[in-house]
Amino acid sequence: MHIFLMLLINGLAEGALIFLMAAGLSIILGLLGVVNFTHGVLFIWGGYVSIWIFSMTGSFPIAIIAAVAAGALMGLVFERLFIRPVYGNVTAQILITLGLGVVFTDMARLFWGPNPIPASRPEFMDGTWVIDAVIISQYRIFLIVVGILVAIGINYLVNRTKVGMVMRAGIQSPEMVQALGINIKVYFAGVFAGGAALAALGGALYVPLVGSVWSGMGINNQILAFIVIILGGMGSFYGSAVGSIIIGLTVAFVSWFYPPLTVYTTVLLLLLVLTLKPEGLFGMAVRN
Amino acid sequence: MDPLLKLDNVSSFIGPFHILQGVTLEVYPGEAVVILGRNGAGKTTTLRTIIGLVPASAGKIILDSVDLTAMPPYHTVRQGIGFVPEDYGIFDALTVEENLLIAMWQEDQDTVDRRDHVLELFTDLKESYKRLASTLSGGQRQMLSIARALVNDNKIILIDEPSKGLAPIIVEKVRDTLLTFKQEKTIVLVEQNFEMACAVGDRYYIIAEGQTVLDGTIKELMDDEELQRKHLGFVTA
Ligand SMILES: Nc1ncnc2c1ncn2[C@@H]1O[C@H](COP(=O)(O)OP(=O)(O)OP(=O)(O)O)[C@@H](O)[C@H]1O
Ligand SMILES: [Mg+2]
Repeated sequence: MHIFLMLLINGLAEGALIFLMAAGLSIILGLLGVVNFTHGVLFIWGGYVSIWIFSMTGSFPIAIIAAVAAGALMGLVFERLFIRPVYGNVTAQILITLGLGVVFTDMARLFWGPNPIPASRPEFMDGTWVIDAVIISQYRIFLIVVGILVAIGINYLVNRTKVGMVMRAGIQSPEMVQALGINIKVYFAGVFAGGAALAALGGALYVPLVGSVWSGMGINNQILAFIVIILGGMGSFYGSAVGSIIIGLTVAFVSWFYPPLTVYTTVLLLLLVLTLKPEGLFGMAVRN
Repeated sequence: MDPLLKLDNVSSFIGPFHILQGVTLEVYPGEAVVILGRNGAGKTTTLRTIIGLVPASAGKIILDSVDLTAMPPYHTVRQGIGFVPEDYGIFDALTVEENLLIAMWQEDQDTVDRRDHVLELFTDLKESYKRLASTLSGGQRQMLSIARALVNDNKIILIDEPSKGLAPIIVEKVRDTLLTFKQEKTIVLVEQNFEMACAVGDRYYIIAEGQTVLDGTIKELMDDEELQRKHLGFVTA
């Protein structure tokens, strides 16, 4: 029983981290129609920037805010310079975003060196709770809470604000949105920057969990995030939330009992869902 | 009197295809102009080029002495154009209310008042106001799309084949609606349904292979069966 509870919490925490990446990826794919492989490198940069700022200020909140700001800024620059010219051209998007990933990963190595930099958890969350002989890490609970808050925030944005209204409409037809007097490119840029900020937040929060930051850490989560959005349904925010929980739990349980099977299980799960429901759990028909 | 909308020898491409190859037309304030032509003639592309959804590659498009030719769509629309596309352009994931709201870029009291006035005209929409638009029927979508073009103080409304795919009884309803607001609005109507065209239109242009080839009053067209056969392929009773 106590193993179950521990794995549940580990899985949800892992799910929360995947969700930070998947939510942005999914909305970017659904609204902008952009297949984006820059999220992995944004995750890495989020990690490095937070460590870097933490080492200078000693403040965890400031480090997190700096990472989020850096992610948003990089997202804006990426969208403006590299993504905007290739809207509608998926092949070019894949090549360009993969290229950006390589270049910015190397740049991170250049700035911060090739070796992992150790990181510590913020003191106030380094503790554990013991409930019925189950050891619960406070930091994991913190991650779950962050995941929930971000989900609530996105849900509010999408369903209760004018920006969200334009996003929901734009997923169906960006052209018609324009024909109603709205400059959808501004929303595209905002969504891309927002997704980038969330990926950087994910990286910044991941580093204290695993104890160090290194330039190869983004790739695993990026793959899991892609599995999540295909599983949950492209363009569906609910899909990415539910998919993240499913994948997070799967990874936690399988890697506890038989680690070599972890990757296979997630892929198998994906194939199973796609066989039964090709559009994903919450997917709508994808444009084009 | 100057025309409200003027297209002067307008060309446009879709991808590599030269679709419009010289469309020239004038629409005067208060009139309803019908654009006729066979399938694939370029009627829809003409409307889309006016809006800027398809960029004009040559020629000039002037609305009320503002040059729209090189403007992006969100900007042309704000010069006072309401657009009712062929597929209605209704957003399924939005409620009926939001489908109107998303068009109300002016965000002022006048727009709110106009919306309330429009809702009095379209009672169906008022009843389904808070429902998702995905639950609407084809006729209701058409009505919502027309209503949406009326919430702004538009100078001109472009409507693409409003009778297409609708049951005859709904078509009558759409026609009555068009006749009602025709009193106050300038209209460009693309229509293959000859009866609808005659009921609503004052003048016509015929487009063939991306060019305006003929124009005149609807009355002239109604009286000339030869013309109808030649350019429109109508077999009228
Ligand atoms: N996306 C596209 N790619 C290539 N050709 C296109 C595209 N859209 C339209 N066309 C071509 O442009 C021409 C004009 O199309 P348009 O839709 O303007 O015709 P239309 O007069 O509105 O016809 P309909 O009565 O069928 O609505 C057609 O020959 C069509 O095949
Ligand atoms: Mg057409």
